[in-house]
Amino acid sequence: MSGKDEAELSRLLRAAIAGDEKAYADFLHRIAALVRGFVRRKIVQGGVDPEDVVQETLLAIHVKRHTWRQDAPVLPWIYAIARFKLIDAFRRRGRRIEIDVDDIAETFAEPETETVSERDINRALDGLPPGQRSVVSAVSVEGRSIGETAAKFGISETAVRVSLHRGLAAIAKRFGQGRSGRE
Amino acid sequence: MRTEDLIKALDADTSSKAMPLRSAWWLAAGAAIVIAAVVFLLTIGPRPDFMVAAHTMRFLSKFVFTIVLAVTAFGLIRALSTPGASTARAVAWMAAAPLLVAVAVVLELFMVPEALWGTRMIGSNMMICMGFIPLIGIGPLAIFLWMLRYGAPTRPVLAGAVAGLLAGGLAATFYAAHCFDDSPLFVATWYTIAIALLTLLGALGGRFFVRW
Repeated sequence: MSGKDEAELSRLLRAAIAGDEKAYADFLHRIAALVRGFVRRKIVQGGVDPEDVVQETLLAIHVKRHTWRQDAPVLPWIYAIARFKLIDAFRRRGRRIEIDVDDIAETFAEPETETVSERDINRALDGLPPGQRSVVSAVSVEGRSIGETAAKFGISETAVRVSLHRGLAAIAKRFGQGRSGRE
Repeated sequence: MRTEDLIKALDADTSSKAMPLRSAWWLAAGAAIVIAAVVFLLTIGPRPDFMVAAHTMRFLSKFVFTIVLAVTAFGLIRALSTPGASTARAVAWMAAAPLLVAVAVVLELFMVPEALWGTRMIGSNMMICMGFIPLIGIGPLAIFLWMLRYGAPTRPVLAGAVAGLLAGGLAATFYAAHCFDDSPLFVATWYTIAIALLTLLGALGGRFFVRW
């Protein structure tokens, strides 16, 4: 992690908030790798699947991106969310851990590895109303565009966007409510 | 679902917009002030001799305490609702209101004969104080807790407690315009208890309601 990362990531997120999808995809890929490195380093004794935490963090970053102040550094913001979601994951499994923030500087970006294990996000997805679930699946797992998804289900692109947005927000919310409290 | 797939979905949702948290906080503050003002005016309202009282130091000092509390709590809660934001400075500022009250209490103890300390502290309407500060503050507290949900506090219980302090400072500012007990001894005792009640409610709200 470096000042260059910071500058690049802030620039990408600013562009994304202004509506640049390409910048946002780039931003999400980079932080997924960073958060994955961070989480894998922190989860040493097992019980929590790092990739679940990566996905929860990405979702939280997405639905909370309005909390980032565009004139503030983006990395502390990202790591604060990742740390919160990691602690959350441990609490949910009845573990109590303290995670220090100081050593995030040693975090290295890591690629995703394929696993066959059931993801938390799949369970959350299954809990969605059918309309939202099929739209979220089409755009994510099937990799369809908004336009293709609209054509597939015979609904307007606006309706696809609304279902997608609501579906993602509902999944993020479900993750937030999975915990029994903190502090 | 692979993380790659999730990213596709998030990316397709780029266009969804939410108001920046910082702007939303100002809007929430405005709404909270309006609600507190309406409840205050519909229930107890300002004391009849407000204009006369406004010339006395004791009366004015109450507003200094409560407004300083509200302003410093507002600074802290905004930092607490933003992940990764530094809170050290805002926390330090939270000492301002208690310090001002402490200084005023000491001055009051020097100025008022010992025999009157008890009377000044008990005052004439402590029950109204303890009832109406929470009553005026409950609407604003609900707004602030809702704002914490809109934000992303990584310490929800603490953030909820600060929401209570903020609602308490705001409510006490209105209540102070009604209250006839202007002695810092009264303020330090009963206002504190009333605001502590809101703080406790806020912490509970943070624990059970603020999830993200």
